Formats: sequence, structure tokens, C-alpha cells
Amino acid sequence: MLGFKIERAAAPIWMRSLIPVIAILVTFILTATLVIMAGANPLEAYRYFLIAPLSSQVSALEVLVKSTPLLLTGASVAFAFAAGYWNIGSEGQLYAGAIAAAWLGIILEGVPSVVAIPLMLVGGFAAGVLWALPPALLKVKLAVDEVVTTLLLNSVILFIVSALLNGPWRDPVSGWPQSPEIAASTVFPRLIPRSRLHLGFIVALLTIAALWFILSRTALGLKMRAAGLGQEAARFAGVNVENTILTAALVSGGIAGLAGVGEVAGIHFHLIEAISPGYGYTGIIIATLGGLHAVGVGLAAIFIGLIDTGAQTVSRALGVPVYLGDVVQATLLLVTLGLFILQNYRIKRA
Amino acid sequence: MHAIQMRGITKRFGPVVANDHINFDLEQGEIHALLGENGAGKTTLMRILYGLYHADEGEIRVDGEVVHIASPKDAIRLGIGMVTQHFALVPTLSVAENVVLGYTDGFRVEPQAAQQRVAEAAARFGIEVDPAALVRHLSVGERQRVEILKALYRNARILILDEPTAVLVPQEVEVLFETLERLRQGGLSVIFISHKLYEVMTVCDRITVLRDGRVVGTVDKEATSQAELARMMVGRETFGVTRQDGRPQGPVLLRIENLSALDQKGLPALKEVTLEVRAGEILGVAGVSGNGQTELSHVLAGTLKPTEGRVLVGNEDLTGADPARISAAGVGRIPEDRHEGVIGELSVAENLALEYLDEFVKGGRLDHRRIRQHAERLIAEYQIKASPTDRTRTLSGGNMQKVILARALSRNPRVVIASQPTRGLDVGATEYVRSKLLEQRDRGAAVLLLSEDLDEVLALSDRIAVIYEGRIVDVLPASEADVEQLGLMMSGAREGTSARV
Repeated sequence: MLGFKIERAAAPIWMRSLIPVIAILVTFILTATLVIMAGANPLEAYRYFLIAPLSSQVSALEVLVKSTPLLLTGASVAFAFAAGYWNIGSEGQLYAGAIAAAWLGIILEGVPSVVAIPLMLVGGFAAGVLWALPPALLKVKLAVDEVVTTLLLNSVILFIVSALLNGPWRDPVSGWPQSPEIAASTVFPRLIPRSRLHLGFIVALLTIAALWFILSRTALGLKMRAAGLGQEAARFAGVNVENTILTAALVSGGIAGLAGVGEVAGIHFHLIEAISPGYGYTGIIIATLGGLHAVGVGLAAIFIGLIDTGAQTVSRALGVPVYLGDVVQATLLLVTLGLFILQNYRIKRA
Repeated sequence: MHAIQMRGITKRFGPVVANDHINFDLEQGEIHALLGENGAGKTTLMRILYGLYHADEGEIRVDGEVVHIASPKDAIRLGIGMVTQHFALVPTLSVAENVVLGYTDGFRVEPQAAQQRVAEAAARFGIEVDPAALVRHLSVGERQRVEILKALYRNARILILDEPTAVLVPQEVEVLFETLERLRQGGLSVIFISHKLYEVMTVCDRITVLRDGRVVGTVDKEATSQAELARMMVGRETFGVTRQDGRPQGPVLLRIENLSALDQKGLPALKEVTLEVRAGEILGVAGVSGNGQTELSHVLAGTLKPTEGRVLVGNEDLTGADPARISAAGVGRIPEDRHEGVIGELSVAENLALEYLDEFVKGGRLDHRRIRQHAERLIAEYQIKASPTDRTRTLSGGNMQKVILARALSRNPRVVIASQPTRGLDVGATEYVRSKLLEQRDRGAAVLLLSEDLDEVLALSDRIAVIYEGRIVDVLPASEADVEQLGLMMSGAREGTSARV
């Protein structure tokens, strides 16, 4: 009737790879209105957002510091999503890793770093796995919706952290609700002097590499993708869908746990309630933006790290709220999701 | 007086002509059956009448007036109601709320008044339902009555029922037929879509038979018989199949004993099925869709656990085994729905390797080179028009089916389970698939062919089993099978000569 019709057809490859770029452009156009309402010049704002953080070594390294937990939570979410397991619980699994790190950081006092730091990583990973286990089992055994269970467990662990910090772990020295400082031997070494960039960044990069290797080069990865993309057909072909999903869910939790270890051992040196400003949730944005591919997740994490850093620069320089960074992130996710759907259609003259 | 006249209705879906110049009349106060095999065009015609599809050609008259039915809203306004197999009810609402839903005046709904009105309507139409009951507490038969009441409450004078008995247990069928008869006496006109002969002969006044999108004829119940209807419905004169009887028969490779299974709704779908397939033969299972073929193929593929019975391949007991074990035991499986077999977003090479993944792992990692070589070999051997890296969903139906065929047959399985192997394929691809199945048989495999296409069953099988409502009615040599007899058995009109009583 309108002279056009919409039909299902996949977009060509070149257009698919342009999607992140298009998404960023559309997001900036959409959020420009808000910047103007906040009384700033959008172009100048975006210069502070995107370019200023990279103009000095100190702030460029700070972008990588911000990216470290995001690389891990992004990898965590991507790993689960690739197998069709919608883990919304990376936030909580991060906290599980952080609790383990704060505890190990105390009891490993006196143990040399070469032993203590690997133990911190293993312990944090295991804690993430443990926290991911109940919803994963419920999903596989009883088909309980993991979106609900993983999401709700995020609140549960926040209360556990709060109980620990206001109870047995309250710092006896300061009296603040924070755990005692971890032993020096368990602190992650700095990669570059006079910056906050720590060993966790290397761990994050290795994790991204492992994500790539597992998904594209191993039988487990192929089974995960098969289970995620076509559960019935995967089952028909003999894939043990339940075990595959369980594995993906637990490894995903472990990776998120590593992010918690990094924040405790590399940045804060003790457990605090606000150790994550929502890294786990941002991981969902990153995994989606990155199209669940390792390289995409890596780039998306660093990009979001850039926006996070830029949001503070822009707010200092132009007096717009820091929340603008969050708005940009959220808009970016919505636009990207929209583009992922739209790429499956084309408009034709009827 | 005609309630409905449909003239020259034609509907195409791409190259497929679903309705080809169909003429159909419904008289006031009659129950008129639309009879035909699956895919004959019955549902399409009724969806056009209800405004869900639009005819490419033809005209519709309601009470003699030419009408344009653009949507179900128009149909309802004209007094046409339709009850499909999938009920459109909100389980958490009450019967009364469901009935008035979308048919209320103004903004407010007064539950008491609505319940009162629905109760009155139920009493007037003689439909037994409790207006206050929540729909989720109702049985399937009761839900169907709510759907019928919903249509009548909207002042339907013409009621379309799409295979209403498919979801019902026999006692509920009885109740439905009584209700329909009562409503007919009250002046309602009913179109009853079915492929079951005895039902049609029980409840209907006239019967219009469709085949391949065309009207074969309209007959009065008094002037016809189940045999004639079966002939009209299946309606083939010759098959032109040359059969080599007396080929040597091997040992039994697939043995199915007293197999029972439930469908997705938890109702019995397979009832004590016993079958044997020997090496070097094709056993065709003929039947109208929805008579247990899906469940049988799922049980044999390992994706559905049987409730009773045994499945043996050779001497190996595979009852309730998972797909990996069944595949490893030498069973090649072609699923009913292609998308159950391949994953569209994975590449052709990945799909071809998925079933035998362990063989493509070297030192903990996938051997991509061997996966590719394996795919290249099968692509050449099975003439698949694709490259190994193509996403499988970009393939045509025929090529997708060849991917499945290649995966299932390339390992020379002892037993082949082929479900609807040519459904939706063009002539060339169909021929190819059939020739491959014959090749497997000649090689000495035991082939179980489940097909709704009677021509296919007759063309390929050495023996034919007829399945009806989850039971095997009879198994007979293909040389002794005649179409009319098969048609009757498929429609539940005749017991097999050797069937259990």
C-alpha cells in the first residue's frame, strides 16, 4: 500500500562489520540533544569524550585500567551467551571473586607472590563458578529461567558483602565497612610505574585470547555455539546440550570472578561494597556490542572504558553530569540491538 | 439459501498454488465438511474466508452479497467465527473474561455483569461451561467449548472448525458432536475441516473433498460411502512404479517392540507400536500427519524418551538412548523438519562435522583442515550446491536436505530413519533424495520411511505399515497395497486385516 515492502534478508558482510560504527554515530546523534540540554556544545563534548582521554599517557593508561574489569565481564557474558545461556549474573559472580580475593589476601600473608597471586586467581575463579552453579543447575535440571535466577542472585551477594563488611570483616583499624587490607605479597604488581595499570589487565587480555580460542578452535566451542544457535538441532546431532550449557555457565561465572579479584588485588586492596559500579551489567552491553566474538568484545570493552574515562573528563571540563556516560552506554546498547534486528530485513519497492 | 458462496478462489504462495479456482457453498443450517489430505488446501481456504489470508482471485458472497474480508474483524462483523486448533485463550483469565475480551462496550468491565451475560449465552446455546472457572483449569475439550461460545457470543451465524477433533479424546468428541448438532438445529451453519472419514460421515450433511488445491467434488452424506470418499481424497489411478519383488531379505536390523510415547502435551501419541525392518528393505509408514509419526521419529532419533517398549538395532538395545549413542550404533537419521537437523547460523562444514565431532579433534583442538576436507568430499559426493564455509541457512531447501542426507548416510549406517525426507522439495531434489534411499536399501541397510506422501510410500516401500492415532493398523507387502484400502486405513475407517483387535 505504501509502495514498499519489508522482507527478511540478511545484510551483506560489509554492512555487518559496519554495525558498531553506525551504532556509535547514531548514538552520538541521539545523545547530542541531551548534551545541548545540559548546556554544552556536543562536538566539544564528544572531543572530551573520545579524544581527550587518549591525549596524555596518564589518562590513556587510565582507560586501560577502566577496561580491565570490563574485558573480563564482557568475556564472561559473551561466553555464556554464545551457548544460549543468558547469564545476567556476572555482577554477582564478580562480587563472589572479590570476596574470595579479600579473604585469600589476608590468609595468604607471608606466602611469596609467585604462589599467592596464582592462588588468588584460582580462588576467585572458583568462587565465581560456585556462585554461578545454583542457577546453572536449576536451568539444566529443571529448566528454571536463568535470567531471573542469575539476576536475583546479584542482590543476594550484595547483601552478603554488606553483612560481611558491617560484621566480621569490618576494618578494625578504620572502623569503616571495608575488609582489612590484603597482604602486600598478594597485591597485583603494576605493569607501568606511576600508573594504576596492574597484572589484571594481562589476565584480561589472556582471557579474551582464551575466549577466542575456545569458541573458534575447540570442540567445546563448536558445541556451545551449536547449542546456542539451534538447541534442538544440536541435540539431534548428538551434542549433550545440558552439559555444554552447564560448562559455559560455570566458566562464565569463573571469568567474572577474575574481574572481582583484579579489582581487589589491583585497585582497592580491600573489599568494599561499591567495588563494582555495575561492571557485570556493562559486560552485557560489551558482549552484545562485540557480537559475542572475542575481538569485538575486546574492542567494545576498551571503547566503553574510554567513554567511562571520558565521562569524567567531560563533566569536569564542561560541567555536564557524569551520568551522561551511562546514558551514552545505554543508548549505544539499544541502538546496537536495534541494528542487529534491522540487519535481517531489507526494504524493497513493492 | 446460501450462507456462504466462494467462487473461483485462487491463492498462491510463491510457485505453490494452495487453492486453485475453488468453488464452495455453505447452506444455511448445514454442517458441511471440508475433507482432504494435509496440504490439500482446506485450511488455506478457510483462512481466506476468515480474513487471515487474502485470495489472489475469486469472490466471496455472504447471504448473497459480495463482500470484501480484509481481516478477521470484517469476518466477525459478517457473522463468521473460526475455532482453530491453537486456542486463543488467556489461561489466567476466567471463561467469562475470555469470552467478552475484545467485545466489550466502553472502558469498564463489570465482572459480575459479564459473568451473567456469558452464563445466559451458554445456557441459550446449550454449551456447558462454568463462566467463573479459570481457563487454565479447563480440559482441552472445555477450552474448545469456550472458543465456540466466544464465536457465538460475537453473534456468529457461520462457524468454522479447523480439525476440531484433533486435540480431543473420544468422549470429548462425542460431546462436541452433540453440541454441533444442537447448534445446527438452532440455525447455525458449520464448516468442519477434517481428514477423518468416519467423523465426517457421522456429523456432516454434505462433504466437499479437496485434493492438491482443487475441488474433487461435493457430495451428500446419504449418497456416498467412506470408500468413495477415500478414493476421492487420495484419488490416484496409477503409480507407474516398477517393483522388483522377491529380492533377498536380510536379517532384522531394526526391531521396535510395543513402543509407546507421549506428545508435547503429555497425551499418548504412540500406542504399542511394533515394527520390524530387515536389511535390504524399505518399510514405509503411511499415515495422515499427526497420527504419531512425529513422536515415532523423535523416539528413534533419541530426542524423545518412550514411556514403554523397546528399540533394538541389531542386538543392541537402544531404548531411550541419547542421539549420540544412536548415531554411534549405526543409525542414520533424517529428521522430519530440516531445521531440527541443521543449525542455520553454522557453516555447512560445521554442520557436517557436528555429529562426529570427536573424530575431528586433534590435541584438544578442532582440526579445521580435516573438517573442511570432510565437507568438500561430501559436497562433491552429494552434489550440494554450497561451499564449506557458507552459512547453512543461505542454502535452498533441497541443498539443506542434502547436507542432512550426507551427514546421515555417508557412514553407511545399518539402519536409516527417514522422516518426511522430501517434504517441501522440488521435483529434482525429491528424485535425488529418493534415489539415495533406494541406494541405501540396495546396499543392505534397513530403511524406515515415515511419509505423509502416499505416492512416496508406494513408490519406495517394499512393505507398508499404516499408522492411525498412534497405532499400526496393518503392515502389508507393497505389491498387495491398493490406494483405496490404504486411504480407508489412514482415515481410521477400516481395521487392517491382520491388526490386533
